[in-house]
Parts: sequence; structure tokens; C-alpha cells
Amino acid sequence: MKLRPSPLESNLVERSEILDSVGMARVLRRLAFEVVERNGQDSYFVGIRTGGAWLAERMVRLLVEGGEKRPDLGAIDITLYRDDVFHGLPKPEIGPTELDAPIDGRTVVLVDDVLNTGRTVRAAMDVLLDYGRPRLVQLAVLIDRGRRELPIQPDFVGVRLQTTAEHSVRVMFSERGESDRVVLRERIAS
Amino acid sequence: MNQAHAFTQKHLLGMEHLSADEITTILDLGERFLEIADRPIKKVPTLRGKTVINLFLEASTRTRTSFEIAAKRLSADSVSFSASSSSTTKGETLIDTANNLDAMSPDIVVIRHAQAGSPHLLTKHIDAAVVNAGDGQHEHPTQALLDASTIRAHKGKIAGLTVVICGDIDHSRVARSNIFSLRKLGARVRVAGPRSLLPLGIESMGVEAFDRIEPALDGADVVMMLRIQLERNAGGRFPNTREYARLFGLNPRRLALAKPDAIVMHPGPINRGVEMSPSVADGPRSVILDQVARGVAIRMAALYLLGGGSDAAE
Amino acid sequence: MPDILLRGGRVIDPARNVDAGADVLLQNGKVAAVEARLAPPSGTKVIEVENLWVVPGLIDMHTHLREPGQEYKESIETGTAAAAAGGFTAVCAMPNTVPPNDTRAVTELIVRRAREVGVVRVYPIGCITQGQKGESLAEMGDLQEAGCVAVSDDGKCVMNSEVMRRALEYARGLGLPVIQHAEDTSLSANGPAHEGAATTRIGLRGQPAAAESAMVARDLELVALTGARYHVAHASCAETVRLVREVKRRGLPVTAEVTPHHLMLTDEACVGYDTNTRVHPPLRSQEDVAAMRAALADGTIDAVATDHAPHSPVEKDVEFEQAAPGMIGLETALALCLELVAAGILSPAVLVTRMSAAPAKILGLPGGTLAPGTAADVTVIDPRAAWTCDPSRLRSRSRNTPFAGRAMRGRGVMTIVAGSIVFAEEGRVG
Repeated sequence: MKLRPSPLESNLVERSEILDSVGMARVLRRLAFEVVERNGQDSYFVGIRTGGAWLAERMVRLLVEGGEKRPDLGAIDITLYRDDVFHGLPKPEIGPTELDAPIDGRTVVLVDDVLNTGRTVRAAMDVLLDYGRPRLVQLAVLIDRGRRELPIQPDFVGVRLQTTAEHSVRVMFSERGESDRVVLRERIAS
Repeated sequence: MNQAHAFTQKHLLGMEHLSADEITTILDLGERFLEIADRPIKKVPTLRGKTVINLFLEASTRTRTSFEIAAKRLSADSVSFSASSSSTTKGETLIDTANNLDAMSPDIVVIRHAQAGSPHLLTKHIDAAVVNAGDGQHEHPTQALLDASTIRAHKGKIAGLTVVICGDIDHSRVARSNIFSLRKLGARVRVAGPRSLLPLGIESMGVEAFDRIEPALDGADVVMMLRIQLERNAGGRFPNTREYARLFGLNPRRLALAKPDAIVMHPGPINRGVEMSPSVADGPRSVILDQVARGVAIRMAALYLLGGGSDAAE
Repeated sequence: MPDILLRGGRVIDPARNVDAGADVLLQNGKVAAVEARLAPPSGTKVIEVENLWVVPGLIDMHTHLREPGQEYKESIETGTAAAAAGGFTAVCAMPNTVPPNDTRAVTELIVRRAREVGVVRVYPIGCITQGQKGESLAEMGDLQEAGCVAVSDDGKCVMNSEVMRRALEYARGLGLPVIQHAEDTSLSANGPAHEGAATTRIGLRGQPAAAESAMVARDLELVALTGARYHVAHASCAETVRLVREVKRRGLPVTAEVTPHHLMLTDEACVGYDTNTRVHPPLRSQEDVAAMRAALADGTIDAVATDHAPHSPVEKDVEFEQAAPGMIGLETALALCLELVAAGILSPAVLVTRMSAAPAKILGLPGGTLAPGTAADVTVIDPRAAWTCDPSRLRSRSRNTPFAGRAMRGRGVMTIVAGSIVFAEEGRVG
């Protein structure tokens, strides 16, 4: 089996905590309201599975709790659109793509947890365009760690980080049974 | 994320050698692919740049079309050879054909052939992944997969169900693949038909054999009627279709012997009035068209898993 | 050709009830003496055969040499070389050549070619019916005069009962045994494998064992009617054994043979669709194999015959049902039968009887014994030699064996025909 060398968990050491659970909630709330401020009521939050989908759900909940009208929510799975799907990754799980309402003519805000090379977002845009023709597509990310390989820039950013190839940014979710936090880890030679 | 699928086969030759986990993996993926048929653009780019050759050396419109649509919805380049257009009618052997195909570097070859074991022969001569789309009276794995998918969708499960397969069991690759598959998934399988259409030793496949349809239907959850394949000279095995319909045809009276919520299936094409009365074929218990819809999704799942296999399975 | 003294071997000659350590002296192409200790006359080549078996030359009464007509599969030259390497000193050439051996001209051709290029003795078998069509009798008298030792339509069954009756009567008058390929073709319907649980699972069309035994049963009724000498070719199922056993008890002149593959393989061997396992009659069930072994041990089945049936990749690299039936066997038969000896099913003496004395007796051939004065046809066997079946190293022109890669134990190490060494394992002769 030819697997792309994946960072062994044991070779990663935690360097710093970027956000704790309070910080994560604060940043998400800010992001959600920035989106509404800029777009008005039309925003359609679409999370990229799996982390982005959880974040999009939370942003919508935060807006409703903050007295805003509930925006449309969706989740997309990009597995079938990845450019590396057959390049040595283990057979990926395909999650469902679910969209509350048609996206034609809407302002879609793609939500992802970590923006890195931009390839995930590229694939997500392909998925989206197969479902319809939005008026505008924006991108909101919790963490932008730089290191882009495609000309893709976020419209809304929670935290910007300068990272190297040795770094790994890990977002932990209560949805996955962990406590919410974001940590920066570094690979050490084994 | 990236939890590895329980699917490690290079080819899809039959249900006999798949594990229950592997079958479930294909069924789960098939569920996901169903949704693509409802999209405005019924296509994903997953197999872009991959070449799928449909080598249909025995007449088949439905299965070939289903595989073609499946390949196209995954953005594969798919080409079909059929019996009339292929050179096998000009005396070329299957191995000649295989070597010629191999020279065109396909990623997947889907083969339908009148003789058992032909896909196995093909795997010895080409590098591509081979999908068996029906070999003689041996296996037809994607049919069994779409049947399992249909049963699971309508019954919520397969384990513990009683499934009756009725008709020409001897000549039926659909029956064999379904027996392997449903037994692995935990169903009880009964086969029914005239004794002259039940193969010797069928009980060794883990099924109960009945030479009348009525006792087989008693308490059944799923009734799968097979096509009487007159083209395979099954005619000599029983007097005529009139008597067959009288003794074995599924009509409302007989269907009443099964459970009230039993579903009725058929791999198509149906001989209405022979194995099944029109009122049953088109009635509320029939899930025949759902089988067809699931066929495309299941074949997409199979092509997807095999199309990626060449890298991951080395 | 120098005289030969085989010194220090275990001589097994069941025709004379001999199984003892002895020296064997071969002079002028004949067995001169078999004694506990022989001094070699001057000029005699002495070959040490300690720990080896010295037995009368093996005789294969069922070989397809394919000449004339299909020399791309085998020829008299390559087939007899394979026979020698397998320990056989004589083979009987079945008549389904192209054209079939149904006339004196074809028999004479085979006899002449065997004299020119044959490595071991070749006894032709002629057709029962013209063109093996099962309709009109072949010129059996002419065939016999030209050298045929029996008649058979092997590869095909004489289906018509009236034709078979007349053939048996006519052959009886000539003293020719009739060898039947027993297969009711309306019942077998060209089924490429044995009908049973394995074929049901793998979707191959099957033919029932009754396709063979029903025909044997009919033939035995005709033997009772005609009194002819009748021999069942490649018997393969328990029911045939039962019928033959019963009819022998009644004293009818019936004999039967079994192939090594029907003693060693079951229908499960076909599961991978290896076309080398496609053979007529098909490989049968476990119960049938057990019945064949028991019948060979108790003598119900008289002889082992290879049914050596060479085919080229043209016939074998195809779909299972398209493949020509048959497998080669001359170079694996002895080792496979030695497995039965190792398993305690056959004694060494019974093995030699089934592979040498019995075929000689059934067909009235010289050989089958090492009695002084008989032709010096001798096989020397190393019953312990370990080897692996590698088709690329076989002498046969064809490679169609399902035993490729099988670990074997025991083989012929020297084959002597009329006092000449026609095959010897490397290093055996100085």
C-alpha cells in the first residue's frame, strides 16, 4: 500500500494553543456577525465537511441567539471533487451534501476550519457550481495558516497564522467528543 | 476523517469472495451516489481521465446502459463494445480481445459474457480492474448489490429477513449472486421453482429449496421473481409458459401468502403474465423501478472503489 | 547395444508373483535371467539399481499421440519421448487423429512412423465406426491385420444401440476388444464439468455421472447378449464401478481403466476455471474419487491409463466451456499413482499390475512381465525421488496439465525397450 506519508501523531508536539473554547466561540461570533453586516439577510452558510460544516452550524445558531433571522444552511462533501482522491489516500468516506434551499442567485458563504493550500476550497467551489449558480461566493475560515498553492483568498478570517511545512494546525470539536480548541503543533524528527 | 473503507478487491468478479463488510461498504457508497441523480448537473469529476471499457459480448441493453450512465456520471471516458460490433464474431478469441484492450490502457473493463469464468480469464491478461457484468449462469454481482440496496432501503435491514428467489434458478446468475450476497448479510434464502430448474446441490449454498412456490412464500419479507429465460433453452425443462405461469407465476392470491409488507422484485426484463401477473408487477408492493434507479448508483460505487484501487491497493 | 545387468534392485513382477531383491540380466533384447545374484558376462554393462524398483515396462493403453493431423499438439516422436520419460515402454494410440484411424492406410502410417521415430512401442487402436460417426462399422479386420490391437471411437461414444451390438459381435469374431468411451451425449449435453455442488456454485453447466453409468449399463446388457470383450475407457464414477463389479461377478468379459486424474482430483479443481481441469469425463465428486481408488485397489478396475490428451494454447487459453477437453498425463501418471502407494491404498505389486501386467493382458500385448525369454522392456523406478511438476520441462509438445507446481514423490529413472535404454535420468548411466 502506497500511502502518502502522513504525520504520525506521535511525532507531533504541541507548540501553542491558538484558541481555547471561549476564544473559539468569540471568534466564531465575530465572523458570523461580520458576514451579516457585509451581506445583509441574504447570506447562505455552506460548511465544508466535516469541520467546516460544524462551524457553519454554530455560526447560524449564534446568529439566531443574537436575534438575527435564521439564515439558510447547507453542508457539502468534496470527496468526489478532490484532486488527490486517487493519490494514495485511504479510501475516503463520502458524507452527504445537504442544502436547505436552491443556491441559484444567492450569496453563498463557504465555511471551513483551516485554510491552507486552497485546494479544498477549489473543490468546494466545483461542488457548489454543480448544484446551481450562486450570485456571489465568499469564503469564511476559522484559521488561515497561509501557504497557498492556488489563488484563493478568504473574505472572513478568524485568526491568521504564519506557519511552516513542519506545522500542523488542529481544530478540536465538541461534536467529535473533544473540548473545543485550536492548537499549533510541530513535527519533530523521529 | 479518511477512515479506510473495508474494500480491498482489485476486481469485482462475484459476490462469493466479498465479505459482508465489503458489501456494506458498496451499499453505503451507493446510497450517497443516489443523490447525484437528483442534481441539476448529474455528474461529479471523480473519475476524470479514467477510461472505462464496457465489453458486452452478450446482448444486454439495460445493464450496459446502466454501466454507461454510471461511468459518465463519474466523468470517466467510457466506450462500449457490443457483441455485434466486436471482433469476437470474426473468430478472435477473448484473449486476443483482452490483449487489444490492454494495449489501450483502460482503467476498468466491464465485461458481460455468455460463459462462466470469462471475467476471471480476462483478469489474467489485462492490468485493468475487471467488473463482472454477468458471466453465463455464474454471477452478476452488481445486480445482487442493487438488490441488496433496494431491500435495505425498503426493509431497513437485511439480516433476519426471509427472501424467496423463484424461477429458473439453474440458469440464473442473478440467483447465485443474490444467494451468496444475502447469506453473507444474514438473510434466510429460499429458492423455489420446478425441480427441473433447481440445480443439483443448491442446498450446499445455504438455501432451502422448494419445488412449489406456495410454501416458499409463507412468511416471506422479499419475493424475487426471476425471468424465465426462454433464450437459454429453459423451455425444455418444463412443458410451456402457460403451465409455468399456472404453477409458479406470482399473482395477488399467492402474494397474499407472504408477509403483508413483503416487497416484490424482478431483475428485468419481465415476461408479464409468465413469472408475474401485471397487477403484481405494477402494483404497490413492486419495487422494480427502484431497483433500476439503484442500479446506476451501485455501479457508480463499484467503479469508484475500483477506479481508485489501483493506487491504494498496491 | 550392449547387454545390461541391473544389479541390486527390488524386482517387482506380479505376473510371476515375484517381489524380491534380484539382479536382472538383459541379453539380445530379451530378459535372460532374474536371479538373486548374477555375475555379469564379459561385455555386459552393469547398472547399479540399489534402492530402486525394477519392474516390467509400464504400458499405457490410452494415449493420444495426435499424429497424423495434429502434430502441433503432439507427434509420435514427442509423445513416445514423453512416454519413455514417464516410465512407459509401450503406448496404445487412440484413433481420433485427423483423419481418424479407421483404415489400414492410417494404421500403416502410424506403425511406420513409430518404427522410424518412436522411442517406445506404439500399438495402434482402430476405430469402431467409419469416421467415428457411430453409423457404419470400420474395416476392423483390415485394421487388425495392419496392427491394431483393439477398436474404440474414443472421444466419442457409440450411441446407437444397434450399431454397438453389431460392433461387439463383429469384433468378437475377430478377437478384438472393444473400448467404449461411455457417455450418453443426450444426457451429458456437452456439459463441461461434473454436475454437482461445485458446478452449481461456479455456474458451469454440469453433466451428471449418470451420463457415463447409463451408457455402461446399456453396454453391459449388450455384452451379455453378444459375449464380446468389452473395456470401459476412463471410468470415473461410483455407479460405473458398481456395474462393473457386478458384471464381473457374473463372469462377463468386461474390464475397465481409470486415469490418474480421476484418482487424484475432484470437481473442486475446476473452481478457478483452469481449463486444464476440463476433461472428458469430467472430474467427479469426492465420493466418486474414493470409489475409483477402492475399485483400483480391489481389482474391479483393472488398469490405470493416462488418457494423455495434448492440447495447445489455441484450445486451452479460452473460456472454460470453449476449451478442448483433456490433459497430458504420460509424465505424471507414475508419480501420482505412487502417491496411492505411499498412502497405503495400493501395494507396489498392485501398482505394477495395474500399470503393466493388466494392460498387457487386456489387449493381448507382449510384456507385462520380466519372465526370462520375454522382451527386455523394463522400467526402473525411484519411489522416493522428490521433484516438482514443471510443465516447461516435460517432453510432451503440450503443457496442458493441472498438476503444474505439484510436489511429486517417485518417478521412473530409467526406461528400457527391447534391451535399449531409451530414457535415463541424468547420472544414472556411466
